[in-house]
Amino acid sequence: MSGERLAVRGLGIKAGGFRLSGIDLSAGGGEYLVILGPTGAGKTILLEAIAGLRRPAEGQIILDGRDVTATPPERRKIGFLYQDYALFPHLTVADNIAFGLRARRIGRDEVRARTEEIARLLKVDGLLPRRPGSLSGGEKQRVGLGRALAIAPRLLLLDEPLSALDPETREELQRELSRVHRTLRTTVIHVTHDFEEAISLGDKVAVMDRGTIVQEGTAEEVFRRPASPFVARFVGARNVFSGTVTKKKGEAVFSIDGTEIAAVTGITGDAHLAIRPEEILISRAPLSSSARNCLRGRIVEIADRGTVVYVTVDVPPRFACAITRRSLVQMDLKVEMEVYISFKASAVHVF
Amino acid sequence: MRTNLMKGGFALLGGVLLLFIAWPLAKTVFSTSPKGLWETILDPQVRGAIGLTFYSSAIATVVALLTGVPLAYLLARHDFPGKGFVEGLIDLPIVVPHTAVGIALLLVFGRSGALGKAFATIGIRFVSSVPGIVIAMLFVSMPFLVNAARDGFAAVDPRLERAARTLGAGPWTAFRRVSLPLARRSILSGTILMWARGLSEFGAVVILAYHPMVAPVLLYQRFESYGLDYARPVAVWIILSSLAVFVALRTVAGRRKG
Repeated sequence: MSGERLAVRGLGIKAGGFRLSGIDLSAGGGEYLVILGPTGAGKTILLEAIAGLRRPAEGQIILDGRDVTATPPERRKIGFLYQDYALFPHLTVADNIAFGLRARRIGRDEVRARTEEIARLLKVDGLLPRRPGSLSGGEKQRVGLGRALAIAPRLLLLDEPLSALDPETREELQRELSRVHRTLRTTVIHVTHDFEEAISLGDKVAVMDRGTIVQEGTAEEVFRRPASPFVARFVGARNVFSGTVTKKKGEAVFSIDGTEIAAVTGITGDAHLAIRPEEILISRAPLSSSARNCLRGRIVEIADRGTVVYVTVDVPPRFACAITRRSLVQMDLKVEMEVYISFKASAVHVF
Repeated sequence: MRTNLMKGGFALLGGVLLLFIAWPLAKTVFSTSPKGLWETILDPQVRGAIGLTFYSSAIATVVALLTGVPLAYLLARHDFPGKGFVEGLIDLPIVVPHTAVGIALLLVFGRSGALGKAFATIGIRFVSSVPGIVIAMLFVSMPFLVNAARDGFAAVDPRLERAARTLGAGPWTAFRRVSLPLARRSILSGTILMWARGLSEFGAVVILAYHPMVAPVLLYQRFESYGLDYARPVAVWIILSSLAVFVALRTVAGRRKG
């Protein structure tokens, strides 16, 4: 981290039917900030304003300590990747990547060297003479990323960079984003509506709703302690944990603070785990069923939400379990009671 | 069965229209003796008139490229009060009878018109002169270029320009390196259409400049003074030369597409 890279203060933007107001954001040098929000929250407009493509109605944008609110986009050195990449269809991959370098009147040899270097970093060096029309979605994404990174941006803005891709390519490119970010230490602001992306990539997460930022913090904080009912609903009452996956006798085991959970996944190493509360069964005695995970814990909270009751069981970690009101009454569950929770290995989602 | 019947019917109706266009043109060309054609093309007046027509229309087209393409870009990219009025104004030359256009131009660019007087101070006259022919052609054929260029720019995703801006390109560089090349095909076909339309202009030109004679005016003059037989070879040369250049340009434009 090298101090504050970007600070947005009290930003308000009017664009068509949209109205963004009172937006405060900050990102430190090298930080990966994810802005999470539903479609129609105004995320793209916010990014366009940061890039200088939209004039805000009020507020300030400060980049490296300088007020750039009135600076035109070409003088901000902020990389921008649109959701559908917006590659120049009339130029080759090489010319797309070199576009920003040429606009800066950099010498011919240096342009070529830098283009090749970026192409290698993003593994598109085999595509340089092709045109965007003949590329797959994943390839276009890499080229778009390369084009934005070629100018060595002070800040890289990514507008839903993974949502136009099929699930396999998405996973692959998510790892790529993470790798590129670790390699170059570029400050990134990534907007998405996908909470898994936010948790996997974000050092920090800002949740956006109807034109304003409703919560900002580490991914853990936001998911663990949603600041408002909207955030809670949007991120879902889910069990999301971080830990490490190891293979034991060919089977994946996910460890969180000493608790081991059997999972079905190909991933190993540091990862995240999610279990939907409805997938967890509560019982007073250990279950000997097909459920591969059976853990003992203590009830710390019982929240009655009408037809569904959320029971929080501290193993640790704390699991949220959704049960019916009938089961609650039948088992006579109370806070402080010792219970067993069980769920199938296949219900565990590792990402 | 039904679709075939319909297709056949449509082809028949369309064929009638095509025949109506092709027959008179072909008849004119093929019923003229090669000897008459040869003698006509040796006539310096005929060659001069055809050359003047091509040249004047080309100048009008260049003027429209320099002024109309920027206008087309503004119309494609921006909304502003009175935009509908501006777009209507651009289409107006297609609707107004061209002789009326000639009169209107004469009132402004004539010897006592405001612009006529202003240009006279730098030695440019519009009555009975090449500049007069050029402005008449410019007026009536400009809509073809502006409309084609506007559609071309409108088809370019504005986000491509925005991406170019974030990469360090100023507005002019983004226009020159992204919007303009992507709209090039439309602009090129608009240019050809405008130039070809300018070649055929008679009504507006004849009022401003009977002399020097452009090809359509010469043809009219020959027909009026000497009759059909004298006018016919001139008509053939006008048809053939326009056709040749038009086809050549279309081919060049078509090849550039790939």
